[in-house]
Amino acid sequence: MTTQREVLSLYKQLLNKAYKFDNYNFREYAKRKITHSFKTNKSVTDGESITQLYNAGIDSLAQLHRQATISGMFTFDKLVVEPLKKHH
Amino acid sequence: MKSLARFGTGLSRAATCSLARATTVRALATTATSVHTSSPSAEPVVTPPEGSTISLKSASRDESKFGTRPIYLDVQATSPTDPRVVDKMLEFYTGMYGNPHSSTHAYGWETDKEVEKAREYIAAGIKADPKEIIFTSGATESNNMAIKGVPRFYKKTKKHIITTQTEHKCVLDSARHMQDEGFDVTYLPVNEQGLISLDDLKNAIRKDTILVSVMAVNNEIGVIQPLKEIGQICRDNKIFFHTDAAQAYGKIDIDVNAMNIDLLSISSHKIYGPMGIGAIYIRRRPRVRLDPIITGGGQERGLRSGTLAPPLVAGFGEAARLMQTELEFDKAHITKLSEKLRAGLLSIPSTQLNGSHDPNSQYPGCVNISFAYIEGESLLMALKDIALSSGSACTSASLEPSYVLHALGADDALAHSSIRFGIGRFTTEAEIDYVINAINERVDFLRKMSPLWEMVQEGIDLDSIEWSGH
Repeated sequence: MTTQREVLSLYKQLLNKAYKFDNYNFREYAKRKITHSFKTNKSVTDGESITQLYNAGIDSLAQLHRQATISGMFTFDKLVVEPLKKHH
Repeated sequence: MKSLARFGTGLSRAATCSLARATTVRALATTATSVHTSSPSAEPVVTPPEGSTISLKSASRDESKFGTRPIYLDVQATSPTDPRVVDKMLEFYTGMYGNPHSSTHAYGWETDKEVEKAREYIAAGIKADPKEIIFTSGATESNNMAIKGVPRFYKKTKKHIITTQTEHKCVLDSARHMQDEGFDVTYLPVNEQGLISLDDLKNAIRKDTILVSVMAVNNEIGVIQPLKEIGQICRDNKIFFHTDAAQAYGKIDIDVNAMNIDLLSISSHKIYGPMGIGAIYIRRRPRVRLDPIITGGGQERGLRSGTLAPPLVAGFGEAARLMQTELEFDKAHITKLSEKLRAGLLSIPSTQLNGSHDPNSQYPGCVNISFAYIEGESLLMALKDIALSSGSACTSASLEPSYVLHALGADDALAHSSIRFGIGRFTTEAEIDYVINAINERVDFLRKMSPLWEMVQEGIDLDSIEWSGH
């Protein structure tokens, strides 16, 4: 049985990883996708479905971790819509 | 003497060695810099006339606080590879390197299993049977296979092919090739929205017609042809129906059985998959027979020999699976951005949307707009911060106006001034806002320099002018 606390923690971890994407488009997509997925499945009450969704989320977290790391290894110039960070 | 010689060789070897190392280091350095400076220089190409108060530089923000890499709005040419697809492909580049056709060991079995899984995902996207999917190198090969293969197989009795004027170059060129081989080809005209007329199709059908090829979604204007009706006409007349769905797969609903499609081309890199792979659907019941272009070991039911590329196939399969699971999410996002972009650009005076105004026959991710009194190419030059194209990537090197827009009845001036905007899964709202703003500014700027625009503002009808000097 997955608790509310575990689900919230997963949500936080996913978003955290999404922010680590160096590529602007992938980062924005990941953020949008994560919030959308949690919002649409907000009303799911069936314990089994919740566990299933939770496990899928854990897999996504691992995938996101790998891909965000790779994105950080191959960096390109920032896009024209991206503000540059001050310390650069 | 001997030792001197040895010393000499030793020296020269050391010298070569260090030289070689230096070259490698330099080569590495160049790759590293090329990764970081891959965006074009920030300097605007078009400069305002001397003493002019207008400037291409944005007045609303400080450019030095933003990046320089252009926004990508050309997803009809190719789409960025989805990180989830890359994740799948890396498995194959790091460990699962077996040949899927090696049936004697586990390395072969595991890749074969993944290949078949990918085939299932791709087939599910068009509600086909996995056995009807043949992997090729891309949609161009698939189109060639269909348009050359089917008529060649039935050449003893059938001699006629029907296609349209707005097809992709590879279909038109294959058809031209078949004309050289003695086949008759009818190129159906399209109306001003880009749609073919079903009556024209019915009238063009002859007793010896073997194949009808009509693309599902046009690559330049995004118009969706009435596939179901065309499929029905073809089935009633016992003609094979091929559709080039490179721009349509996963983006619009396609059901090969309900639409009576016999052959269908798919490309991987248009659906966020890897480049270099595609597929063709070939109906098994009633069976479509064709002469293969590539022969050899008999892989893919003998229709396309050659070892499959499991990393590409699996990446393609994953991309196809994602197109289905993300369909609603992507559709809502793309439609929202497309509406915003259209509203923002069509509010500029003297602009025109190319394509269909009926949302049922227009794919929202492809927005083609003509900006009158401006050269499309010069607008593209002024828009170095946005990656756009004036039409198909295949013809973007030439300054010829688009043949697709010509087929719609557009005159040279309009065809020259059109720009295609491609919106995809990874396009963001901030990018669309930037594009609307930038285009508004640059169109205004270029029109201020244009004598034609000045005349129009003064109320002179351009068609009434007799130009001399030609």
